[in-house]
Amino acid sequence: MIEIKGLTKKYGSFVALDHFELTIDEGVVCGFVGANGAGKSTIFSILATLLSPSEGDAIIEGKSVRREPAEVRKQIGYMPDFFGVYDQLKVEEYLDFYGASYGIPSDKRKILIHELLELVNLTEKRNEYVDLLSRGMKQRLCLARSLIHDPKVLILDEPASGLDPRARVEMRDILKHLKSMGKTILISSHILPELSEMCDEIVVIDRGKLIAHGHVETIQAQLQGDKHIKVKILNKLNVARAFFEEDPLISGIDIQEDKNEITFTYKGTNEQQVELLRRALQSNIPIFSLTVDEKDLEDVFMAITKGADI
Amino acid sequence: MMQRFSNPVLMKELKLRFRAFKSFSGLMFYLFLLFIFVGGFLSVFTQFTGTGFFRPSESFIMFSVISVLQMALVMFITPGLTAGAISSERERQTLNILLTTTQSSTQIIIGKLLSSIAFLILLLVAGLPLYSIVFLFGGVSPTQLITIFLSYLLTVVAIGSIGIMFSTITKKTIVSMIATYGAMIFLGAVTAFLFFVGFSLDRMPTSPVGGFSTNSPITFFWASINPGALMLTVLYPELGTELSNLTGISMPNWVVYIIFYSLITVVCLWIAIRKLRANMKHSR
Repeated sequence: MIEIKGLTKKYGSFVALDHFELTIDEGVVCGFVGANGAGKSTIFSILATLLSPSEGDAIIEGKSVRREPAEVRKQIGYMPDFFGVYDQLKVEEYLDFYGASYGIPSDKRKILIHELLELVNLTEKRNEYVDLLSRGMKQRLCLARSLIHDPKVLILDEPASGLDPRARVEMRDILKHLKSMGKTILISSHILPELSEMCDEIVVIDRGKLIAHGHVETIQAQLQGDKHIKVKILNKLNVARAFFEEDPLISGIDIQEDKNEITFTYKGTNEQQVELLRRALQSNIPIFSLTVDEKDLEDVFMAITKGADI
Repeated sequence: MMQRFSNPVLMKELKLRFRAFKSFSGLMFYLFLLFIFVGGFLSVFTQFTGTGFFRPSESFIMFSVISVLQMALVMFITPGLTAGAISSERERQTLNILLTTTQSSTQIIIGKLLSSIAFLILLLVAGLPLYSIVFLFGGVSPTQLITIFLSYLLTVVAIGSIGIMFSTITKKTIVSMIATYGAMIFLGAVTAFLFFVGFSLDRMPTSPVGGFSTNSPITFFWASINPGALMLTVLYPELGTELSNLTGISMPNWVVYIIFYSLITVVCLWIAIRKLRANMKHSR
């Protein structure tokens, strides 16, 4: 479990993180959404004990990042957005070094490395020099490295950035597997459709502040605002028009007589929308098609970050 | 038990260092320089005497010159090996990952220092066969040889610590390199200059005892912390006595040297350990 309590980070007069409050339950995959400079990497750096907060604290598995950073490091696996590798180390040696860095005994390391390389599908590359791997392979190796000490929490800052579509799919599959292992995963990504598919919860950050937090669908509903609905009917266009004009949640009705089509803006919830459809059918309006022009997370992201430097 | 004393950074650094071709070429270059010098010295001296043999006194001169030359080489190489220890990790974007492991800052810094020192010790040990040529001709005691090597070790550790400190507190390797070479030049050359300035001032006619000062701790200090001066006083103990007479300080200069360079080591390593996780307070 992760509790973020009033986390603030200031660089001089610039506030990178502003009294951020958040609780993430164990085993949850939580996606962080926000423009560049919104504060995602700052939060991740604080949680990874690389940065000290100006105010507030974060508690990871009962350990404070402020007071017990060494204990927090045992609980987390961190993958930064940009990272390098040692050019004279082989894949196995790379993992062995980090295993030793976490104090894992040599005999256990061998077994672990074998399992991790299988997990990230790099077994065949175990004797290759790390710097000769492709970008996607390096990302997967870095993910394996972050898992070497079997952490309860994974902090992944843009794990899919710079990857080609195939490498993204491979990364997504590995993350799904890790989710099934019960890891708490914090992940930031710009690839939002993939993120929404994988995440249980979404956190939206803008200018260091928490804008929204909740289940993916809830956030989408909260942020997308009004729905644009298009109804196609067989006939009785005027009856349908009168029916929809009576509903106080409907506005901006537009009728295209040649297509027997009515479009309008709807302010109601999903439940109210079901009720609207039921009443329409009861009123014998011959609806044969109803489509909702819903925004996906990408649109939501663009709407939130409008004007920001992405 | 072994697990407790193992240092992953040290093991990794040793692996990387000894795999790199530049380490091998550096070692070859170092030995080549020593070989040229020893060979040149032997051929020049045997031609001067015209006898074809080498006297113990000449052997001692060769030992002295090699000792000072090796000290100069070691002082020149050490900043190159240590001044990029942390900053290169930062530039390579591997430092953040290293800092999120459970290794303490002390372990990381000591691992970096020891790996650099290990390479320098390899240089010194690899040069021993060339060095030992002097034993063929006599004139040098094993105690002198051991003392010289211990002086190298202390100097290397101190300058290495300075390099590691600058590497930790500066972001760029080039800045750290310049700062460390600056410190090395100060210790090797500026202290000698300051000693001669102090010595000249002490000998001025205005001095209360007719040109010679009876108590010049500052002048004595500059001479005592100069690695070249230490070499000379170890090789020629009478120079140490002369220094004491000139400055009026009876303490052996090697005592000051050991205290000063040990202090530098401790202070620099302490700063490096504190500053490694500069963005995280209370980390060791």
